[in-house]
Amino acid sequence: MNARTAEVAKDSSMLKQKEMISGNYRKLENAVADGRKVAATFVPGNLNELIMCFDVVNNLPEINAIQNGLRKKTGGYIMEAEKRGHSEDVCTYVKADLGMIAKGNIGPDGQKLPDPDLLLLSYTGCFTFMKWFELLRDQYKCETAMLHVPYQGDGQVSKNMISYVVKQMKEEVIPKLERVSGVKFDIDRLRENLARSAKAEEDFVWVLESAKAKPSPIDAYFGGVYYIGPIFTAFRGTQDAVEYYRLLRAEIAERLAAGQGPVTPAGDMPAERYRLVVEGPPNWTSFRDFWKMFYEEGAVVVASTYTKVGGLYDQGFRHDPAKPLESLAEYCLGCYTNRNLPARIDLIEQYMEEYQADGLLINSIKSCNSFSAGQLLMLREIEKRTGKPAAFIESDLVDPRYFSPANIKNRLESYFQMVDQRRIGGKSVPARAA
Amino acid sequence: MRAFIGIDLGSTTTKAVVLDENMDVLGRGITNSRSNYDTACKVAKYEALLAARFTLLQRGLASTVAAETRLEDFLGSLERSFRLGQFVEQLDDLEETCLDKAKGERFKGREAAIAEAIQAIFVTLRSDAPALFARDARRKSDFFRDLAGSRFMAVGQQTAKAAGLSYDLLLNVYDKAIIEVENRPPSGEIREKLIGALDRLIELSPELSDLVADLAAPVRRALDIPAEEVSVVGTGYGRVTLPFSKEHIRSEILCHGLGAHMMYPDTRTVLDIGGQDTKSIQVDDQGIVENFQMNDRCAAGCGRYLGYIADEMNMGVHELGPLAMQATRSVRINSTCTVFAGAELRDRLALGEKREDIIAGLHRAIILRAMSIISRSGGVRDQFTFTGGVAKNEAAVRELRQLIVANYGDVVININPDSIYTGALGAAAFARRAVAN
Repeated sequence: MNARTAEVAKDSSMLKQKEMISGNYRKLENAVADGRKVAATFVPGNLNELIMCFDVVNNLPEINAIQNGLRKKTGGYIMEAEKRGHSEDVCTYVKADLGMIAKGNIGPDGQKLPDPDLLLLSYTGCFTFMKWFELLRDQYKCETAMLHVPYQGDGQVSKNMISYVVKQMKEEVIPKLERVSGVKFDIDRLRENLARSAKAEEDFVWVLESAKAKPSPIDAYFGGVYYIGPIFTAFRGTQDAVEYYRLLRAEIAERLAAGQGPVTPAGDMPAERYRLVVEGPPNWTSFRDFWKMFYEEGAVVVASTYTKVGGLYDQGFRHDPAKPLESLAEYCLGCYTNRNLPARIDLIEQYMEEYQADGLLINSIKSCNSFSAGQLLMLREIEKRTGKPAAFIESDLVDPRYFSPANIKNRLESYFQMVDQRRIGGKSVPARAA
Repeated sequence: MRAFIGIDLGSTTTKAVVLDENMDVLGRGITNSRSNYDTACKVAKYEALLAARFTLLQRGLASTVAAETRLEDFLGSLERSFRLGQFVEQLDDLEETCLDKAKGERFKGREAAIAEAIQAIFVTLRSDAPALFARDARRKSDFFRDLAGSRFMAVGQQTAKAAGLSYDLLLNVYDKAIIEVENRPPSGEIREKLIGALDRLIELSPELSDLVADLAAPVRRALDIPAEEVSVVGTGYGRVTLPFSKEHIRSEILCHGLGAHMMYPDTRTVLDIGGQDTKSIQVDDQGIVENFQMNDRCAAGCGRYLGYIADEMNMGVHELGPLAMQATRSVRINSTCTVFAGAELRDRLALGEKREDIIAGLHRAIILRAMSIISRSGGVRDQFTFTGGVAKNEAAVRELRQLIVANYGDVVININPDSIYTGALGAAAFARRAVAN
C-alpha cells in the first residue's frame, strides 16, 4: 500500500460520516417543510431502529452538545443556562442544550432545529436524563414516552428485566410513536433495520479489536469517538452505517497490514510508546489539545469504556432480527452506562489484559455525578488486580472553564514518566541517601 | 569536579542542587522565580555551583586547617566577601539602569536633579553595603531585589525630600530598573569572583590575615579544578520553558518522589505543599512513584493561600506560623476558596475572635485539604515525608502531625530542613542516573 492510497482510504470513511451527520441535520431542518415528525432521544439505550420504522427523524441533544462543544459554542450556551437559573454543578450537556434552545435553538451546523414532536425517554443509568426531558417537556409541551430500563444493580440481566422493557415498548413506546407519526408499526421493517445494525456492528467490533495489535492501528478513544459516531446515533440500522463501517474496516485493515499506528491530527503516529485503557468521556471543548497531549508522547488508547456507552458489542451482543423487541431490550440493558461498579471494573480489567495495556487513565467529569462516583475505587481495584499504574485526571464534558491544560498536561506527563520508570524498575535508581 | 545538576522551577522560587558522582550533595541554590524562568534557572544554578565550590574548599582545606571552627570562620568570611562583591556589582548595574530609566519626556527639565538624587542614593547604598554582609549581620532575605529594594526605599525617601523631588517618581524609576537588573543573569566566572573575594578578605576581616596568607595558595589551587557540568535535569512548572531536550526534563512528581526517597530511603508517602499545588505521592522502596494525586482545578490550600492571608492580615508570610503557634484554640474556617477564606477571616475578626486563633484555623483548613488529597492517593504509609515551602511553617506541621496520628496512627513523619530542595534533589539524581545509564 502506498501513502496515497492510505490518504484516499482515510478520507472516504471520514467524508462518508461527515455527509451522514450533515444529512441528518438537513433532515431535521427540513422536517417541518417535509411533514416529518421529530423525536428527541438519548444515546445510551436509544431505539433508533424502532424510531426509523415510523419515518421519524432522530434528534439527539447529547450529540448537539458534543458538536457544539467541538465548535467551541457551548461556553456561551452554558452561561445562558446559568443566567436562567441552572446551577454551576448541573450536567453541562443539559446546560449546553438548554442554553442553545434559549438562544434560538440554532443547531451546530448553523440552522434552526425543529421542536420535537415526541420526547422519547429511553435512557440508561443516568437520572439526569429524566430531569433533562422534564425541562424539555415543560418547554415544548409535547408528548413524552418513557422507557424505564432497570439498572443492572447486581450485574445481571434477568428474563424479567427483558420482558419488563419489552412490555413498555409494546404498551407505551410503540403506541405513542404510532400516534405521533401516524405510521402503523411494522415489525418486519424493524427486523430489516436490526439486520443492518448487526452487520455494521460486526465491522465496528472488528475495528475496535484491531487495537489488540502492536502497534495498534487505531486510537480507541480519540479516534474511537469518531468510529462510534454512526452506530451510537441516528444511523444504527441504516444502509449508510453498514457502508461506513465497511469502508472503515477496509481502511484499518490496510493500516494493520502495513504495521501503521493511528492517524492523528498531526499525521501518522510515528511510534507507540504507551498503550492505555481510558475510562470516562473526553473533554470536547479542548478535544484537539487533549488528544495532542497523548499523541505527542506516543500514547495510544487501545481500549476505552466511553466507546461502549452506546452498546457493548465487543462483548458479543448483536441486534437480532429474530427477536426484535427482546434484542432492543437487551441492548438497552447492556449499555456500559447501565452497568454497576463491579461490572465496570471487570470490563476494564479485561481490556487491560486483552489489549496488553501499560496502564489505566481515568478522565473524571466534574459535572457528571452519575459516572464519576466510584471512579477512584475502580482505579484502586484495577491497580490491585493488574499491578499496572493508573492515573486520575479531571475535566468536564463541554464546559470550557473546567479544562485546565497546564494541570492536565502536567499530570499526564508525570503519568507517562511514571510508566517509564516502572518499566525500567528500581535497578538504575541510585539508592544513596543524600 | 563532575557536577550533576537538578533544577526545580517552582511557581514562587527556583531551586538547584549539585550532586557529585557519589550522589552526595555538593551545593544548593535558591532564587525567586521572578516570572523569568530562564534567569531564575541560571541564578539558582550559579548559586548551587558556588555552594558546591565552598563544599569542595571545605573538603580540600580540612587537612590544612586543624581547627574546624577556624576553617568555618574563614569560609564564612570568604562567602560574605563574595556576596558583598556580588551585591556591589549589582548595585552598580542598578544605578546605571536607574539613570538610564530617568530620561525622556516625563523627566524633562528635572533630569539633572533626578540623576543627582539617584547617584546620591547609590553612594549611601554602597557605603552601607559592607554592614549588610558583616559577621552576624541579620538579613530578612538574601534576594537582591529585597535587599536593594528595602534600602532604596529608606534612603530614597529622605533624598527625594531633601532634593524637593517626588518620591514616587524615584520609586517608579527604581521599579522599572530592578526588573531589568533582576532579569540579567549573573555575569563572570565564579572562580575569578572568589579570588576577588579572597583579596578583599584581608581588608574586611583583618583578624583573619594570618589564615588568609596561609590559605591563599591552597584556595587558588582548589579553584583551579574546573567544574564540569555533566548533566542537567529540569523539573517544576517552568520546566517546559527550559532549553533542554525532553530527556533532560522530568515531572516534579517523579522528582519529589525520588528526592524524598534520597533524603529518607524508608519513605513511602510524600506530601508536598508548594506555591500553587499540593501533591501526595506514593513511592516504592526504590523511590519509584506508584501513585499520585494533586489538587485539581483550584489551588486553595497551597502556599499562595498563606501569602494571600498574610496580605489580608498585613503581615509577612513567615510571621503566620509563629502567630498561629500562640493560639489557645483553633477557629473553624469552612471555606476552601482562598478569597472566601479571606472574607471569613474578616468576619471572624469582626466577631472578636483572636488573630492567632483564626490563623490557627486557617492552617488547619490547609492541612485538611491536603489530607483529602493524601487519602485520594491511597493514604499515609510509613514513613511519611513532608516537603515544600509550607513544611517550613511550624503551625502547618503541628496540624499535620495531629491529623496524621488521628487518621493513620503512629507513623514516622520526616521533615528535612532542606525540604524545599526535594524536587531539585530528585532531578539531580535523574541527571546522575541518565549518565549512569
